[in-house]
Amino acid sequence: MSALDILDGCAAELARDTGPAIAPARPVLRERGQREVFCGLTGIIWLHRKMQDAFFLVVGSRTCAHLLQSAAGVMIFAEPRFATAIMEERDLAGMVDAQDELDRVVNRLLERRPDIRTLFLVGSCPSEVIKLDLAKAAQRLGAVHMPRVRILNYSGSGIETTFTQGEDACLSALVPVMPALAADAPKELLIVGSLPDIVEDQFLRLFAEMGIAKVGCLPARNARDLPSVGPGTRYLLAQPFLGETAMALEGRGAQRIEALFPFGVDGTSDWLRAAGEAFGIDRDLTEQVIAPGRARAARALANLRPQLEGKRITFLPDSQLEVPLARFLQDELGMELVEVGTPYLHRAHLARELDRFGPNVRLSEGQHLDRQLDRVRADRPDITVCGLGLANPLEGEGLTTKWAIELVFSPIHGFDQAADLAELFARPLRRRDMLEI
Amino acid sequence: MQLAVWTYEGPPHVGAMRVATAMEKLHYVLHAPQGDTYADLLFTMIERRGKRPPVTYTTFEARDLGKDTAQIFQDAAREAVARFKPQAIIVGASCTAELIQDDPAGLSEAMGLPCPVIPLELPSYQRKENWGAAETFYQIVRTLADKSVVREPREGRPARVNILGPTALGFRHRDDLVEIRKILALLGVEVNLVAPLGATPEDITRIGQADFNIVLYPEIADEAARWLEKTFDQPAVRTVPIGVGATRSFIADVAELAGADPTPALGDTSSRMPWWSRSVDSTYLTSKRVFIFGDATHAVAAARIAREELGFEVCGLGCYSREFAREVRAEAARCGIEPLITDDHLAVEDAIAAAAPELVLGTQMERHIAKRLGIPCAVISAPVHVQDFPARHSPQMGFEGANVIFDTWVHPLVMGLEEHLLTMFREDFEFSDEAGASHHAAHSPRKASVQAVSEAPVEDIPAPAMADDDGTLWTVEAERELKKIPFFVRGKARRNTENFAAAEGRRQIDLETLYDAKAHYAR
Repeated sequence: MSALDILDGCAAELARDTGPAIAPARPVLRERGQREVFCGLTGIIWLHRKMQDAFFLVVGSRTCAHLLQSAAGVMIFAEPRFATAIMEERDLAGMVDAQDELDRVVNRLLERRPDIRTLFLVGSCPSEVIKLDLAKAAQRLGAVHMPRVRILNYSGSGIETTFTQGEDACLSALVPVMPALAADAPKELLIVGSLPDIVEDQFLRLFAEMGIAKVGCLPARNARDLPSVGPGTRYLLAQPFLGETAMALEGRGAQRIEALFPFGVDGTSDWLRAAGEAFGIDRDLTEQVIAPGRARAARALANLRPQLEGKRITFLPDSQLEVPLARFLQDELGMELVEVGTPYLHRAHLARELDRFGPNVRLSEGQHLDRQLDRVRADRPDITVCGLGLANPLEGEGLTTKWAIELVFSPIHGFDQAADLAELFARPLRRRDMLEI
Repeated sequence: MQLAVWTYEGPPHVGAMRVATAMEKLHYVLHAPQGDTYADLLFTMIERRGKRPPVTYTTFEARDLGKDTAQIFQDAAREAVARFKPQAIIVGASCTAELIQDDPAGLSEAMGLPCPVIPLELPSYQRKENWGAAETFYQIVRTLADKSVVREPREGRPARVNILGPTALGFRHRDDLVEIRKILALLGVEVNLVAPLGATPEDITRIGQADFNIVLYPEIADEAARWLEKTFDQPAVRTVPIGVGATRSFIADVAELAGADPTPALGDTSSRMPWWSRSVDSTYLTSKRVFIFGDATHAVAAARIAREELGFEVCGLGCYSREFAREVRAEAARCGIEPLITDDHLAVEDAIAAAAPELVLGTQMERHIAKRLGIPCAVISAPVHVQDFPARHSPQMGFEGANVIFDTWVHPLVMGLEEHLLTMFREDFEFSDEAGASHHAAHSPRKASVQAVSEAPVEDIPAPAMADDDGTLWTVEAERELKKIPFFVRGKARRNTENFAAAEGRRQIDLETLYDAKAHYAR
């Protein structure tokens, strides 16, 4: 059975894209069915480490608590800055007022953890379904605990958010409390999307060398120390999954600097150059600043290219990082893209990325898991990028895989991580060839 | 609302998944939003299964609410049956779907599916994982068992037994089963069925053919076994064969019900644990203080082994499952201690810190607590992590299980002679606290400072002559002497001395007080 036979059944869902950014329109296979992805709560796993003064309180069920602990299992030895307020029968049966219960839990938590300066009340599937108003709760509790603790809310529920959309929801909750940048203030740069500290520092050094004086980061390492935002703000997205945050920033007058996402030599160069142009930096200076990083990255990637060139890869929908990563693997390592699946395709933010895709790349949005796995089995790519629930079963069928979650948990942005990123894909292939058992 | 950081048990539908994943040719259609699929990784990553759990998640979204979530359920069920061709399906709701009240049972009944449908009611906001597994197994057995089965007369044929309880993601279930089969073979007892692990729905139909049942894991199988007792008049063996003594009782119980001679099984020459425990090298294990926490079955078994087979002193005992708390209370009474019945891991952490044991036996949660406190630890019960699904045969049950337990529990402890040397030559610069036991670096406490010698581990208050909470004072001299005591007993020595000083009303802890306390607590 060829992949096309299977596609045939989905022909009705084969929609032509009407977005103005992509011309000519590229067909997108849109699917609905079982999705094998995490919900937005999972973002807490990295967000709580990134923002060191923040605590995340999920208002949900035992399932939510179990999800967080299963996804974060490896980090159990440190007391995390997140917890779940598990709703019980009496909360649902109206025997107690859920808002009163929440007050009690929050007060106890803040007593126990006086180091918390920002508390996120995080909505879940059950809290959304029973329409527990967390915005109201945040407002009420905030009135009590400000200025010591700022209390915000967002939803990481699986009925509304997929995996990395949880970070999008969290950051967009921060935007309204960012200080205002005066209308007449000089332009400032804002990097949007949580990056590992080491990568953030690399970018800040490069911008400083280029002469961009004021650079803020969202999220800031200290959630009470947010950068300003206003009409003078020019922002660069560091992650491709921040649609809501981008809209919230534009609502406050900020303007997006359009660029490729900073993966690989091309992506990182384009991202830095775009900032340079937006700030009127002399082109020669920009080139001079980025040249050493470009050279280092190119050298390091050259070692890995022979291992990946010509290899066929399929991405199952997971983190929304799929499109820019696929572009990097295609353009800089010579890999062949079979199917690039993504939970949600932000056409405007990804327009320049998609332009780079070869004509035969199958682009899919959403998921019908069993049909997609049928396509993987028919395509037999050399490597399949997928979630933790699918990796071992596919390996069991003789298909080499890469866990997608590692792409979210590893430093992969920028020049000096370009080879590390490529290595994440090369290692499973090398291992497959090494093992003689 | 209950504030939780880590939980011992997942929601009840995860228990149902453990049953479904253990079985063959059974499929679970779970009405659930995206994200609940995280549970797959428990099986594929933690247990390293090479197959997807047989679960279809309906994946409804916010925009479907109040519109066609019921239709989504029916489509998913129809597709799953067509694709996987199961002999039976179980249907149910996760916590979110429970709230939207789509009634998967009624919906699937109305569909006229070509296989039996077993509806599950698992109240997510009241119950937890083990209960969910037990209820699921019970419903499967109750629905599928062929009640018209007539047992052949016992004469002229070997006794037949069902082994009930092993599931996916169970702590050493795979290996325990091997040991149980070994014992049954020695007794000449035939296995009619093992369930849920490895059983198909068709297998379950002939569950009534066995003469009796073995309830290997009561948390999962007790409910079903009680129904079988009533329905098919099958008695049950409820002795859980963890430890040498319990294995002997188990063999006797099975032999009695089977009318078999227990001698061949009791005489298993590979049972080494009794001699390992009696050999003089083990003398130093005497009255080691252990803290035990886990599911009720494993915790109670561990307490018996600790007391009767290793000569330990049980200084703490508890479980996270209220359903089986009675057994734990009874065992705690035999140990002369108060039981700890809680699913709040912070309460367990406090109890361990207060008890200052020399060894912790627990779940992955206690492993991390023990690591933080610098106390040796062995894992005895679910929930466990990936490293507790070993590649090698590593049972807990039967005589081989007891051998494994001896090794696993003794291994993290400082060895006898080494313990003496550490006590005698504290000044040796290589006997620093950071070094810990020579053979097991992972269990040593974290490094407190760059200074290698005589540095207190992190849990100690290092500053001498400082008032502590009770206002008592350690003299510089007494503090220095305290540091000569090896780190693995120092916390206890400090606490004992302070309690003694408080009881005696002494305002200052000097050398005299330290040694008076030592004499007071001498055992």
